[in-house]
Amino acid sequence: MAVNEKILGSEYIEKVPGGGFVLARTDDLFNWAKGASLWPLTFGLACCAIEMMATGASHFDIDRFGSGVFRASPRQCDVMIVSGTICIKMKETIKRLYDQMPEPKYVIAMGNCAISGGIFYHDSYSVVKGVEETGIPVDVFVAGCPPRPENLLHGIIKLQEKIRSKQGKTA
Amino acid sequence: MGSLNSRKRLEANRERRLNLDTAAIIQSIKDRFPGAVAEQTPGWVTINKENLIDVARFLKDGPSEFSSLHCLTAVDRKETVEVVYHFYSFKQRIMLTVKVILPNADLVIDSLTPLWGAADWLEREVYDLFGVRFQNHHDLRRIMNPDSWTDHPLRKDFKMAGFIPRPVK
Amino acid sequence: MELQELIINMGPQHPSTHGVLYLQLKLNGEVVLDCQPHIGYLHRSIEKIAENRSLTQFIAFTDRLDYMASMNNNLGFCLAAEKLLGITAPPRAQYIRVIVAELNRIASHLLAISTFAQDLGAYATPLFYALRDREKILQIFDQLCGQRLTYNYLRVGGVSGDIPVGVDLLIKDFISYERRMLAEYQDLLTGNIIFCVRSKKIGILPKELAINYGVTGTSLRASGVKWDLRKDEPYLAYDKFDFNIPTGQNGDSFDRYYVRMVEMEESLKIIEQALGALPEGDPVAKVNKVFRPTGETYMRTENPRGELGFYIVGDGNPFPYRLKVRSPSFSNLSVISHLVKGLNISDLVCVLGSLDIVMGEIDR
Repeated sequence: MAVNEKILGSEYIEKVPGGGFVLARTDDLFNWAKGASLWPLTFGLACCAIEMMATGASHFDIDRFGSGVFRASPRQCDVMIVSGTICIKMKETIKRLYDQMPEPKYVIAMGNCAISGGIFYHDSYSVVKGVEETGIPVDVFVAGCPPRPENLLHGIIKLQEKIRSKQGKTA
Repeated sequence: MGSLNSRKRLEANRERRLNLDTAAIIQSIKDRFPGAVAEQTPGWVTINKENLIDVARFLKDGPSEFSSLHCLTAVDRKETVEVVYHFYSFKQRIMLTVKVILPNADLVIDSLTPLWGAADWLEREVYDLFGVRFQNHHDLRRIMNPDSWTDHPLRKDFKMAGFIPRPVK
Repeated sequence: MELQELIINMGPQHPSTHGVLYLQLKLNGEVVLDCQPHIGYLHRSIEKIAENRSLTQFIAFTDRLDYMASMNNNLGFCLAAEKLLGITAPPRAQYIRVIVAELNRIASHLLAISTFAQDLGAYATPLFYALRDREKILQIFDQLCGQRLTYNYLRVGGVSGDIPVGVDLLIKDFISYERRMLAEYQDLLTGNIIFCVRSKKIGILPKELAINYGVTGTSLRASGVKWDLRKDEPYLAYDKFDFNIPTGQNGDSFDRYYVRMVEMEESLKIIEQALGALPEGDPVAKVNKVFRPTGETYMRTENPRGELGFYIVGDGNPFPYRLKVRSPSFSNLSVISHLVKGLNISDLVCVLGSLDIVMGEIDR
């Protein structure tokens, strides 16, 4: 395979002069591959889940970024997109879902409710003020109520950048 | 604009007819259960709590056939709690609003679950949010909030740690 | 071999429960003996919040009740507030409201039938087709108010802005496009033998049971009750339009699906008529900046899922004293334990999909 300078992650790859193969650090290579196939959890909480569905559908086509394989079981997933309001009753369940995901795992907080409680911050007795209150670390915050699909795609690209730049967790 | 005026007139006629019919129904309740109606206004009728189940049965099985319990809710009036029922009759096309006023010290009322299946969840919701206990309800549990809670959040005096009121300018 | 009873938990995270619904199932093998729904996993205390928001501010919260049909929620709330305050929206606003409400009804039904088909095993194709069409409606709304899902477009007394130039052409295009597409879906789904076998005679809801449980909307009509508020208690300008109310005969899952399918065609008819007769004038009535509601009112409208009611009590303050949302899905779901006894788990998924619930308005 001819090495194209324009391919993603090409900065990690060293060309061997005259050779038909390349050298790379396994960490870099794995991170590069990991970023390109993020399998999200089919996990809809509220309104944002509908936009997540729209992002997955043909018009916005999340598959272009390797994240189109929505899995129903947390044990087969890489990224949890927390899409919607988290309520007191749901708090424990979300934590358990996160714990069930295998390492390396990433979390995208989609929408204002998942970031801080959003529109339900004031006067609400049952809304948890953001996903971080449940004890789940968040990698990327995507603002909006709900965020547009382009915005979610932007969040996924940012997560990919984070993984590839080695700031992401490596297992 | 002519059609708009005639439409308004039609609506006004319909409103008047509805009011007449509602008045007739309330009169029939009064005839059947003397002393059951505590207060009557154009919008709603207040029933004594002892008579509720009998009146409801009469409304459902009687000539007006209120086959649907459309909505059930409560309003916290600080000293009292109003339980508000919206009955609907598909036959007569009338919505009847019935209120029962409960003193804070005695928030107990008969359940309408023997008559309407819809009462099941609606009463559980009122119990959860207002603390009104429905007698003879087969499964009176909290529906929205965790079972471990003791408070009833839609009461006006509800307080809770972590509850952030909206700052008033 | 002796079978033993088994209790399993379905949800709150499950791809077929359409949100955070938790069903406790008592099973004998694969046969459901009892189904106990537990709700409240998306209880966002909207009714408490309403007591500290003015009527105009609360419109944004109605968007998030039934997030599949935000325009219809806006409409229900604005009509309730207008009834309480004695305001009438100008004719142009009424027609625009009809158009957006019916467009959103189509968007909601599209998603309902496609997720239902997905639950029955028609993986991805119906969903992608429906979302493709829904995207066209969302683009219209996007141009109308700048949002794709939570519109906050309607106001007490009218709509927040007139229809921009060119959007009426988009709507016209959409009508002819969607007519073609609906015919195709009828071929693909209604004529599909697997789909019919899976959904016919499953989860039969008798007429009396439906009325007793307060089931409304498409689920009630599928049980053979010809009842639609748009026809029977017309609000806005619905009495000026010519449209039919489809009903089913058996009240099974297939009928609930089919009623939705036909309703979309009727909605297209309404939009076409409303667009053709769109009156000139202001899109919003001259109203006060601050409303101080007094008294109480109950107003219900026909949402895609059933009758959405708002019960507003005012005491002269800008904030309502109490606001109750009577949500259609709440009542429609409460009947489920009667529908699924004796069915397989896979049929339970079918019944749940055909009821078309949205947890946002069940839990509020």
